[in-house]
Amino acid sequence: MSEPPGGPPDDKADDKAPPQRVRVTSPRASAGRPRRVKVVSEIDARTRIGEIYMSSLLRAQLRLASQVIVTVGVLVAGLPLFFWAFPGLPKIHVLGMPLPWVLLGFAVYPFLFGVGWWYVRAAERNESDFADVVERS
Amino acid sequence: MNSSYGITAVALVAVATLAIGAYGWKFSRTTSDFFVASRSVGPALNASAIGGEYLSAASFLGVAGLVLAFGADMLWYPVGWTAGYLILLVLVAAPLRRSGAYTLPDFAEARLESRLVRSFSSVLVVAIGWLYLMPQFQGAGISLGTVAGTDPWVGGLLVGTVVLVNVFFGGMRSITLVQAFQYWLKLTALLIPVMFLLAVWNGDGATSPADAGIITGGVPGDVWASPLASTSPHPLYATYSIIVATFLGTMGLPHVVVRFYTNPDGRAARRTTLVVLGLLGIFYMLPPVYGALGRLYAPDLIASGATDTIVLELPSRMIGGLGGDLLSALTTAGAFAAFLSTSSGLTIAVAGVISQDVMGRRFRGVRAFQAAAIVAVVVPLLLAVVSDGVGVARAVGLAFAVAASTFCPLLVLGIWWRRLTDVGAIAGLLVGGGLSGFAVVDTLLQHEHAGWTGVLLTQPAAWTVPLAFVAMIAGSLMTQHRLPPNVSRTMVRLHTPEAVELDRGPQRP
Repeated sequence: MSEPPGGPPDDKADDKAPPQRVRVTSPRASAGRPRRVKVVSEIDARTRIGEIYMSSLLRAQLRLASQVIVTVGVLVAGLPLFFWAFPGLPKIHVLGMPLPWVLLGFAVYPFLFGVGWWYVRAAERNESDFADVVERS
Repeated sequence: MNSSYGITAVALVAVATLAIGAYGWKFSRTTSDFFVASRSVGPALNASAIGGEYLSAASFLGVAGLVLAFGADMLWYPVGWTAGYLILLVLVAAPLRRSGAYTLPDFAEARLESRLVRSFSSVLVVAIGWLYLMPQFQGAGISLGTVAGTDPWVGGLLVGTVVLVNVFFGGMRSITLVQAFQYWLKLTALLIPVMFLLAVWNGDGATSPADAGIITGGVPGDVWASPLASTSPHPLYATYSIIVATFLGTMGLPHVVVRFYTNPDGRAARRTTLVVLGLLGIFYMLPPVYGALGRLYAPDLIASGATDTIVLELPSRMIGGLGGDLLSALTTAGAFAAFLSTSSGLTIAVAGVISQDVMGRRFRGVRAFQAAAIVAVVVPLLLAVVSDGVGVARAVGLAFAVAASTFCPLLVLGIWWRRLTDVGAIAGLLVGGGLSGFAVVDTLLQHEHAGWTGVLLTQPAAWTVPLAFVAMIAGSLMTQHRLPPNVSRTMVRLHTPEAVELDRGPQRP
């Protein structure tokens, strides 16, 4: 770690501990107002509370992603097992085509788009909920 | 087929590509323009450009050829190439944009704070890029040979030259416009002929290609139309390996990932990806129709092994005279749009990495990027000329398998798992890249193996991807003392919406 010239001399030897944070406030700002810390600054300062808010955002988004992956994993990636378990499916014709062709050639695409649409809305909602919470003081 | 129409179509696509590129040259001034179009591309234009870039020779020609030859199981390729975008959307799109990096190695270095991980990623980007560029040039050679009777190297050289001219002068900004145009050209080039072809087929009595009485290439129609009935000795394993490679490989393709940096923010990156899902879905409904009609109208292509040319041949075979020639010329134009757009995107991605990580010390900025672009094109062009055709779809499939075995675990764990360390990442890249790379080299050298060995080596993703994840997780858990010091700050940057004012650490411009 290189210190800028003219930095505080007592910091030089201290490589292990991070430098102490110094709160710089105007005397007028801290006087006469109840002390309320925004979550944003808790996250910036990497406090326990900040970490809790961050990991709750991460968990919400990861839960959402998992829901999409499980849905697609069962309904789309499950199809080969389904075809394997029911070898008579190609004999069923829908719109003049064997059923596997209807599913893999056409029906799967609107389904994937629909799942994506649902995900984007839900992910943006998670983010705006997070923004509301952390920006409220 | 009358070759003069085909040659005219190829020439028109090349000229249109250069003209639209030239329109973009006017705006390319800074290094940021060259790399990421100054991050100012909106979702609709960007999504068309991603679609244009992604739909390669394998999508435009290869899918129809595979369906014609091997039937229902091959439908998993287009399904997987679309579903891969959905997986990319939910796991990677927004955080990758928010990471603020230019390239995959940039992301690796920013997340893990390690130059060594960066170097490994750079080598992999160049390797996957070249593995993907080589079949594009080969496909161009085969196609130009089909319509104009030229030697295989001429088509590749033509595509390489046009790409290089565009990249050289305009970088990403001009390429974005070119690729958006090429998506719509490719869609038109399949959609309009298919309407005429279906009308002709209907007039001929609308025989189903899945009818048991239609025996083509020694295979009855009902067997051809049934999933898991193909010639592979272990069709269920092969199908699942295709699913793993395509669902997870998309996020690791260098030319796909570099596109996310051109979005203005993480939210736009998500919306762009959703539009791409729609565009891909519309396109991928079309190629299997060509393959299926080919069973009825062009069965000789299976015997001659020229199934990749079915999209180019079918219109002139089903519709006689001038109309058929013009429609075949249209599909030829679409095929060249496919070669040009995918090669452009890959060239940008590979050149970006080469100029930053190999030449960055001595050359800087736009000059380095242009020099790197030459290297990025010339090497795979030579590979395409010297190697005797491995098959367009097969080589592309292998590129997906390598991407899924390396960058997929790096991105997924890097974005969602705080405890990933540099040692773990390198272990995973070595295991995934080494095993899938071995399978690729073995397949490219066309070694024949009997039974399971052959199946495991030609479709490696189903076992190499899980092993790469295991290596990356185990390596990280054993080296928890090496956690990157700023991992919390990085997580804030990756996951919080840009509108919230937070300390995200030093941000690149």
